[in-house]
Amino acid sequence: MYEFEFVKPTTLKDAVQILSDDDEAVVLAGGQTLVPTLRQRLAMPSQLVSLSALKELQDLSADAGMVTIGAGVTHARVAAEAAAFPALAALAGGIGDHAVRNRGTIGGSVANNDPSACYPAAVLACGATVVTDQRSIAADAFFDGMFTTVLDEGEIVTGLQFPIPQQAGYAKFKQPASHFALAGVFVAKFAEGVRVAVTGVSEDGVFRWADAEAALNTDFSVDAVMDLALPMDDVMSDIHADAEYRAHLAGVMLKRAVTAALS
Amino acid sequence: MTTSEEFGYALNFTLNGSPVTTEVAGNTLLIDLLRDKLGLTGTHLGCDTSQCGACLVHIDGASSKACAVMAGDLDGADIVTIEGMAASDGKLSSLQQAFQDHHGLQCGFCTPGMIMSAASLLKDVPQPSEAQIRAHLDGNFCRCTGYQNIVKAILAASGQEVEHV
Ligand SMILES: Cc1cc2nc3c(=O)[nH]c(=O)nc-3n(C[C@H](O)[C@H](O)[C@H](O)COP(=O)(O)OP(=O)(O)OC[C@H]3O[C@@H](n4cnc5c(N)ncnc54)[C@H](O)[C@@H]3O)c2cc1C
Ligand code: FES
Ligand code: FES
Repeated sequence: MYEFEFVKPTTLKDAVQILSDDDEAVVLAGGQTLVPTLRQRLAMPSQLVSLSALKELQDLSADAGMVTIGAGVTHARVAAEAAAFPALAALAGGIGDHAVRNRGTIGGSVANNDPSACYPAAVLACGATVVTDQRSIAADAFFDGMFTTVLDEGEIVTGLQFPIPQQAGYAKFKQPASHFALAGVFVAKFAEGVRVAVTGVSEDGVFRWADAEAALNTDFSVDAVMDLALPMDDVMSDIHADAEYRAHLAGVMLKRAVTAALS
Repeated sequence: MTTSEEFGYALNFTLNGSPVTTEVAGNTLLIDLLRDKLGLTGTHLGCDTSQCGACLVHIDGASSKACAVMAGDLDGADIVTIEGMAASDGKLSSLQQAFQDHHGLQCGFCTPGMIMSAASLLKDVPQPSEAQIRAHLDGNFCRCTGYQNIVKAILAASGQEVEHV
C-alpha cells in the first residue's frame, strides 16, 4: 500500500471540512471495497477519512411507507432490522459473506456504484432518494455509469430513503468467488406502477428495463415476462460470463424476482 | 485515537482478553498489526481481494476480515483472534478439538479462518443444519479438504450426530 494518513472525525461537519480542505482525501466506510483497492495500489489517497465514528449515519427507521437508512448502516444490520421492507432485508442478507456484511455499508455500496453490486438495483427499482451532506438526489438521476455517480468530490452520502413497494423481489445469480451479481434483477410494484432495475449486466452499470416494466404493468405475473429477452446492446462480457449468457441470466433472474415478489 | 509525532497513531484495544497499547502508521492493516507487530501469526493472509476468509477475526463479536480493516479504526475495539480460542494452558476449544478429531484440516492454512467463522455461527445458531453450515462457510475457501470434514467437525462440535454425514 502507498502511505497515507488516517483520520476519524466524530462529527459529519468535521468530516466534510477535512474533505473540502484536501482534494486527495478519500472517505472510508466499511472498507470492503476500498481496502482491497488500496492493497492493490489502485488508489493513492493522502488520507483516509473514516466515517465509523459518525453516529448521525447509523439510524435505521421505518414509518409512513418509507424506510430510512443511514449511510453507515452495515449490510448485516439492514438484513436484521429492515423488517418493514423484507425484499431489501433479503438483498442485504445475500451480499458477500457474513464478514463482508458485518462491515460493508449501504452508503459505501451506493457511492461506489459497482456495476455488479446489489444495492444499486434496489435503489433504482424503488426510486429511492440518496441524501448527502448537501442535497437529496433521486435514484433516476444518481447513477452515472459504472463506478460513477453524480456525487461531487468530497460529497458524503448520509442516508437512503426507500419508499416501501406493495410487492418486491430481488434475485441474483452470483459469481461464486466474489458473490457479486453476474446478473441481478430487482422488481418493485407500487400503486403508480412497476419499476425493474438490472445490475451485473450492463457496461453502463445499473439500468431500468423498460420492456419488463411495461409487461409487468399490464400483468404482474411470471407469464407476462416469460418470453422477454434483454436487448444485447452494451452487455458486459468477461471471464465469468459472456454477453449472451449474461443477457439470458437477466431474463431468468427477472422471472425469479417476480416469483419472489408474488410469494 | 491520537496522533503521535514519532510513530503515527497511538491505539488502545483489547486483544484476546488483554489490553494492548501500540502505535500504527496511517496505512496499517489489522492483519499486518497482528502478524508483523504483535507476532500473532495464526491469522493468515490468503489473498489480495478479501475473498478467501483465511484472515477472519472477531471485532466486537462480529466476524471480520483482518485484511480489509484499517488498524486506525480499531481504537477501543475488542478483538479476538485464533490465538484466543484455546484455553491459556493450551487446551483446545471444543470446536478446535472437533476439527482435529474429524480431520477438518489438511495443510491447515484455511483453518484459523474456518474456526473463527464457525465460532461466529455457533454463537448465533447453537445447532446449525448442514445447509446452514455450508452457507455460513461461503466466504471461507479451503483448497484441500473438499469441505466435507469441516462441515462434519462443526456438526460434531455442536453436539450433533455425524456418523451419517
Ligand atoms: C468478498 C466480497 C464479496 C462481496 N460481495 C458483494 C455482493 O454480493 N454484492 C454487493 O453488492 N457487494 C458485494 N461486495 C462489496 C461490499 O458490499 C462493500 O461493502 C460495498 O461495495 C462498499 O461498502 P463499504 O462500506 O465497504 O465502502 P468502502 O469500501 O469503505 O468504500 C467504497 C467507496 O465508496 C466511497 N464511500 C463510502 N462511503 C461513502 C459515503 N457515505 N459517501 C460518499 N462516498 C462513500 C469510498 O470513498 C470508496 O470509494 C463484496 C465485497 C467483498 C470483499
Ligand atoms: S486474506 Fe483473503 S479474505 Fe483476508
Ligand atoms: S486445509 Fe489446506 S486450505 Fe484448507
